[in-house]
Amino acid sequence: MGRYVARRLLQMIPVFIGSTLLIFSMMYALPGDPVAALYGEKKPDPAQIAAIKHQLGMDLPLWHQYWNYLTGLFQGDFGTQIATQRPVAEVIEQAFPVTIRLTLFAFVFTVVVGVLLGMVSGLFADKAFDRIVLIFTLLLISIPSFVLGYLFQYLFAFQLDWLTPTVQDSRDIGQLMLPAIVLAALSLAYVTRLTRTSVAENLRADYIRTAIAKGLPRRRVVGVHLLRNSLIPVVTFLGTDIGALMAGAVVTEGIFNVHGVGNTIFEALNRREGSTVVGIATLIVIVYLVASLLVDLLYAVLDPRIRYD
Amino acid sequence: MRGAKTMQWSALAAAVALAATACGGSDGDGGSAAGKPAGYVSMFNGEPQHPLMPSNTNEKFGGYVIDALFTGLVGYDAKGGLTNMNAESVDTKDNKTWTVKLKKGWTFHDGTDVTAESYVKAWNWMANVKNKQANSYWFGDIKGYEDVHPEKGDPKKDEMSGLKVVDDQTFTIELSEPVPYFEYKLGYKTFTPLPESFYKDPKGFGQKPVGNGPYEFQKWTHNKLIQVKAVDSYKGSNKAKNKGIQFKNYSKLESAYQDALSGNLDLVDGVGPKDLPKRKADFGDRALDVPYAGTQSIVPAFYSKPFKDVDPKVIQGLSMAIDRKTITKTVLQGTRIPSKGFTPPQVKGYQKLDTDVLSYNPKKAKQYIEDGGGIPGNKIWIQYNADGGHKEWVTAVCNSITKATGVKCVGDSKPDFQTDLEARQADKVKGTYRGGWLADYPLNINFMQDLYKTGASTNYGRFSDKKVDELFTKGDHADSLDASVEDYQAAEKELLKKMPAIPLWDYAANIVHGENIDGVKVGFDGNVLITDITVK
Repeated sequence: MGRYVARRLLQMIPVFIGSTLLIFSMMYALPGDPVAALYGEKKPDPAQIAAIKHQLGMDLPLWHQYWNYLTGLFQGDFGTQIATQRPVAEVIEQAFPVTIRLTLFAFVFTVVVGVLLGMVSGLFADKAFDRIVLIFTLLLISIPSFVLGYLFQYLFAFQLDWLTPTVQDSRDIGQLMLPAIVLAALSLAYVTRLTRTSVAENLRADYIRTAIAKGLPRRRVVGVHLLRNSLIPVVTFLGTDIGALMAGAVVTEGIFNVHGVGNTIFEALNRREGSTVVGIATLIVIVYLVASLLVDLLYAVLDPRIRYD
Repeated sequence: MRGAKTMQWSALAAAVALAATACGGSDGDGGSAAGKPAGYVSMFNGEPQHPLMPSNTNEKFGGYVIDALFTGLVGYDAKGGLTNMNAESVDTKDNKTWTVKLKKGWTFHDGTDVTAESYVKAWNWMANVKNKQANSYWFGDIKGYEDVHPEKGDPKKDEMSGLKVVDDQTFTIELSEPVPYFEYKLGYKTFTPLPESFYKDPKGFGQKPVGNGPYEFQKWTHNKLIQVKAVDSYKGSNKAKNKGIQFKNYSKLESAYQDALSGNLDLVDGVGPKDLPKRKADFGDRALDVPYAGTQSIVPAFYSKPFKDVDPKVIQGLSMAIDRKTITKTVLQGTRIPSKGFTPPQVKGYQKLDTDVLSYNPKKAKQYIEDGGGIPGNKIWIQYNADGGHKEWVTAVCNSITKATGVKCVGDSKPDFQTDLEARQADKVKGTYRGGWLADYPLNINFMQDLYKTGASTNYGRFSDKKVDELFTKGDHADSLDASVEDYQAAEKELLKKMPAIPLWDYAANIVHGENIDGVKVGFDGNVLITDITVK
């Protein structure tokens, strides 16, 4: 098991290098010169552009730039932003905590509500409750997040007056509730559907029949035998979803004015701040890698037949 | 089963570790905006793109803060006239040597005096190529600029020979050649003084600037807000009528609008397309549309296929084919005002042109294009950046042209402004491009010289005309400011015949503000005059 984890961790290295190289070259290939853009519509100054590029090492060939970036990264240096002249590490340090709070909130909400809804509707498949949940989840899947965002803003801030329309303090969990729920809505629907299908199917499985025949209490049958086995597809989905929740929140973050990773990467992309984009994307890649490792480890917890030796 | 147990624990441990790192990092963002002190005004803004340096700020978000913190020698009044700010007087006899006398008793926010030296030393630093300031070209008129800012290589000197300190309150500026309107340029935000403390740590200064303006810097929480406090002892005429300003960072106009609507924000100086139709219903007379000195136009690229060696009559025809009135009213929701010339009315030197080239007349448009020999291929393109909300009006303008004249017109969308600009700089515009110009200083010259002079820096259409150049040159060598403005007025009439661009409309600032503030006025540059805002 220890060896398995070590092997997986080692495998991350080529994935990490490959993905950063890919993103780095993509940023390099994008049209539009970020240094010339410093001058807006006004006349760019060739001498200064050359000086700034030289200072940031942007006049080197691509491979050399990438090498410098990578060696810097291993020394904890994420580079410097071109326009603001702030270290990228500082920019990331500001954006990530907000996003992590938002993601954790959304994630917990997805898991708790999604699994609960899915389990109940699976247990009572094709009953009235199941039908209602089906309609509800289909609705969530089909509504774009910005519609839901503005709708929530209208309902909870203007009609009910419970909250401010945007997040004033990103450390206040209560204020993050609205964006987190909007963010979680789509995943919630998927988790509910997955759990429901899986539970309904496993309900007919032999081992459940055996468990019931053994005379185990219903609580134990559902809670341990059924749920544990039904969660495998859900965990798979959640593992990949956590990355999407973190980086894909551009729209939701915009509506609620949360300055998280999604917005930061979007803005950096617009301003062609290569080092910022690559830095954030790298961290998201790491989150993905770690999450998928955790998912694989969780398989063994959920299903005793799976072992890593 | 035992294997599964250990697995459980390690998975749990890993999950806890992940969560723990998540929590550990959570102090980094500085958290809340922590409410607003009494008497302060909170307004929409964004993260400044550069450190807060007068000589490195050329965009709106940073510009607001710089204008709050620094006061230069001169300023402009509502009609585009000049007023003295920190300067007691700015005099010249030959438009070449300018003598500046400072008002006495002005101080920086750190308590040190504002002296002639504070200006001269700062300008020398700002102009120096080594310091890589985006606005350094503004000092290009001053004698000795090439020494500190050569086109290539290191500077030869640290000081421009044209700047001389006479005494504590007086200094002279010698230009390399006479510029009759130089005093107007002095009102631009880069011509500010810097305190002595700046030179110890220029980089730190950009995060925590010390100015001499109506407001004093308080704090900058990146991506959240910038807060400035009114200075009680400020001596200028634009002393703040409120206690301070909170510039709050919003990534979207729409969310700021919602905050203003619910009373969490006092002022938003822009309205997103989604809210434009309902702004009057939501805010009543607290939704303002104030015209300012900014124009939008379609600029033909005179090297492109459709416009190479074109007869100006054809461009006049295209201009007459655009129904400006209807488009500004419908598609643009009344946020723009149809142009009446190459300069907007808010600048000195604006004149009423006796012309029908800028009014809609489909019949004449068609006739003009035919008379002028038509357009090769009978098709034109309008290049624009897709990230600026231009698509709608470009489509409307194209429809208007095609309907009136039969000339095919297509929008040529570039993904963002950088790509758009790159195509312009590399002479790769297919037909025309969307031109926008905001006044640097409220003078008609500013709307012509940089745009239409042969070889001018932002003349991306590569327009070149002898007569126009002659008139510009005459204006640049005029004896006085008024004579210079008049020469440029003559040039504007000539431009109407040569059509280096098709003026479309002038900008208006769309402002919505809350019930508890008053006195919201807009300057020539479209920025709200924040010092005039009063809190009820």
